[in-house]
Amino acid sequence: MASNRIVLVAGALLAAVVAVTAAAPWLKTPVLLALANGLAVCGVIVLIRAGQVSFGHAMFASLAGYGVAFMGRAWQLDALLLIALGTLGAALAGALIGLFMVRYRGIFFGMLNLAFSMVLFSVLGKFGHVTGGTDGLRFDRPTFAGQTLERAGFETALLALALVLALAAGWVVMRYFASANGQALAAIKTNETRLEYLGISAKRVFWGGYVLSATLCGLGGSVFALTQGLVTPEMGYWVRSGEIVFIAILGGSGHALGAFIGAFVFEFVKLYAAALLTGAWQMVLGLVLIVMVFVAPTGIFGLLSRRLAGAGASR
Amino acid sequence: MSAALLSTRGLSLKFGGVVAADAIDFDLMPGERLAVVGQNGAGKTTFINICTGYLKADAGTVLLAGTDITGQSPRAITRRGVGRSFQLPQVFGEHTVRECLLIAASAVQRRGGFWAPLAQAVDAAEVDATLELLQLHERAHDLAASLPEGQRKLLDVAMALVLRPKLMIMDEPTSGVSTDEKHGLMAVLMKALDERQVTSIFVEHDIDIVRRYATRLAAWIAGRIAADGAPEQVLRDPVVVKNVIGE
Amino acid sequence: MNASLFVLALMDGVSYAALLFLVALGLTLIFGVMRVLNVAHGSLYAWGGYFAATLGLAITSLTLPPWLALPALLVAAIVIGGLLGTVLELTLLRRILDKDPILQLLVTFAAFMVLEDLQRLIWGVQPVFVSGVVDQLGTLEVAGVTYTRYQLLVLPAVAIAAFVGLRWFLGRTALGRQVTAVTHHREVATAMGVNTGRVMWLTMALGGMLGALGGALASPTTSFTPGIGADMMVLSFAVVATAGLGQIGGAALAALLIGLARSFAVYLMPELEVLMPYLIMVLVLLVRPEGLFSTVAARRI
Repeated sequence: MASNRIVLVAGALLAAVVAVTAAAPWLKTPVLLALANGLAVCGVIVLIRAGQVSFGHAMFASLAGYGVAFMGRAWQLDALLLIALGTLGAALAGALIGLFMVRYRGIFFGMLNLAFSMVLFSVLGKFGHVTGGTDGLRFDRPTFAGQTLERAGFETALLALALVLALAAGWVVMRYFASANGQALAAIKTNETRLEYLGISAKRVFWGGYVLSATLCGLGGSVFALTQGLVTPEMGYWVRSGEIVFIAILGGSGHALGAFIGAFVFEFVKLYAAALLTGAWQMVLGLVLIVMVFVAPTGIFGLLSRRLAGAGASR
Repeated sequence: MSAALLSTRGLSLKFGGVVAADAIDFDLMPGERLAVVGQNGAGKTTFINICTGYLKADAGTVLLAGTDITGQSPRAITRRGVGRSFQLPQVFGEHTVRECLLIAASAVQRRGGFWAPLAQAVDAAEVDATLELLQLHERAHDLAASLPEGQRKLLDVAMALVLRPKLMIMDEPTSGVSTDEKHGLMAVLMKALDERQVTSIFVEHDIDIVRRYATRLAAWIAGRIAADGAPEQVLRDPVVVKNVIGE
Repeated sequence: MNASLFVLALMDGVSYAALLFLVALGLTLIFGVMRVLNVAHGSLYAWGGYFAATLGLAITSLTLPPWLALPALLVAAIVIGGLLGTVLELTLLRRILDKDPILQLLVTFAAFMVLEDLQRLIWGVQPVFVSGVVDQLGTLEVAGVTYTRYQLLVLPAVAIAAFVGLRWFLGRTALGRQVTAVTHHREVATAMGVNTGRVMWLTMALGGMLGALGGALASPTTSFTPGIGADMMVLSFAVVATAGLGQIGGAALAALLIGLARSFAVYLMPELEVLMPYLIMVLVLLVRPEGLFSTVAARRI
């Protein structure tokens, strides 16, 4: 899709979000959850670029979320600072874990990520006296940019911030994809050996992508934690990781916009299934995805691209 | 001894019971166009795999312009100025022809910092010139995987050429290409290498190609260089005729 | 840790390992033949358990002879596992064999999601627990420790029978050898005239039965609630990954390793109980990613 069309679609989404949440303020929470999810999905699409999929990336969201909760409880830091620190923690974890990870490809990469995430999940669930166990950790609503806000005001402020972060993250990801490192990352999928024979360290390039993916998941986890005021081990469960990949494919893994479109569709099907279909949202989305894999494997964004046939193919 | 570009001393490698390289001593001078012939299994590919870092020799040394590169990784050796192309062309199938070259160029050039788009991070003019040199400019925006075999081979070489190598090692550049296209392909290749002043080694099965494009010929038999010199001379050597050409 | 606790942990570990092995066996068998990781496998475990419990309740309410309880478990597994396995194979797995591996995983994950909700719609969210069989068989004493006959004898017996049976089937029957051929090289097997479609259907049905059998046999001792399928999915996957994808004998040893590690953790340091399988998985994958008992090298750079 041509870049001006992208801006148009993104702008339309943004306008829709603002209008909808102004008209129905109770929708702020699901929108925030969708944005948090979308951020994490951006992280996963970076890895999909390299042809790899992680079934454990919810662990970075979880780490950041728990970081936010700990620091919120211990030091009553401002929300902005909490997000920054939570994300930083996830980035550092990603940098460290990435050192091991980048030597693996394919199903082994997926498995090792899953294994790490389940180790974290088990630790968070069992060491209750530190982590709150399976009930998780609650923390009080922090100040926002120095202001003490009531629930409604806080949510609006957080929503505004999340929208800014979403736009920024989307821009960062697409810019990264177009850069020399991002293009080399994409080449890992098709011919990693050739990269080595060009003198490019595929491992180093992949590590960079991994750190970016962990950071984005951490950002999503921080926003999620602030939205809920509660973190639980479920945030890092393998099913959560699977859902993130699910949304990536549903929305379209080729573009950051697909990540957010997918996240919104996911969240709103969940919401309405609770009301209309006795909560069977998993069944609905599961069937939708199965159909999409056969009919439109490039996801909703791919479909949109074809419809709005801009210049150049959607890749 | 004047500065050899590539030298090996006592290079040896055994696979199980097979002697793939038998104490090879070898010198390549800058500007030479060396053709390498030999039957399958004679050790030609083993030799270039050792020289490009894909294999480690059991014994012996490899020197590139006087520097010891024995045992270094393909990446390190590439960075020292050795470009390589493959029997089965190794390109980035889901990228366009131009993007493949831009990515290759980014290995040796980086401008504009971390965020600069690829096309601005490298000297795009040089990339486009290379495309023209290898007659790929008309397919610049096509996916690499959509190219016919001959052009993919040229792309393979182009990607290595963009690294500004001193030495280019090509593994069967004309294999898989139809007979009437072979000469055209070689002509374009050799002209490009001459223009960029790149010394070359190419493994080849087609004797006509060897006669026409090589300045020197080395014949491999059972892991050793059985004959080495001017192509016409080597091609008349009875040992070579018996073991290599008569195949 | 005194002697009787040790024996208790040992028996706990062995009986747990038996269940793990059955489920892991199904998963690894399906992977070996179809080269797809069936993320819906945990759901087969759950459905097996729920269905077995339903049958158990039916036996009681229809006042049928109580000795039917144990065979009912096996029947439940065979019926529901075979049925679900077949449905999954025909509708999904058969059609995704040539797709991108990421999409294959997503499709089986989507199937898991569908089965989770269906299960919740059918059996609700209240815990389901039918323990009649265990009580029937009574207890016995080993080294001064009282243990249920069900867990000490029945579970390992079924696991061993399944293992021996499968080995016999794969090694000594024509159909089994075809399965083995497809495992090693699908294209070659097709070229040799093997009906790979039939082999795959059979494998999915068999794998499904094994997964469901794990659930059915677990149902008298475990309370089944939503989410139990997901837990077993990742746990059985830990066993399979530790052993090596497609390794049958290795899966038995890995199941024992993980089962015992977990049961000893319960008695020595309970916080580590849930952690042990995944800790083992991480260590094995870091050191030998292809699995402890695999002969193929892993995709590692």
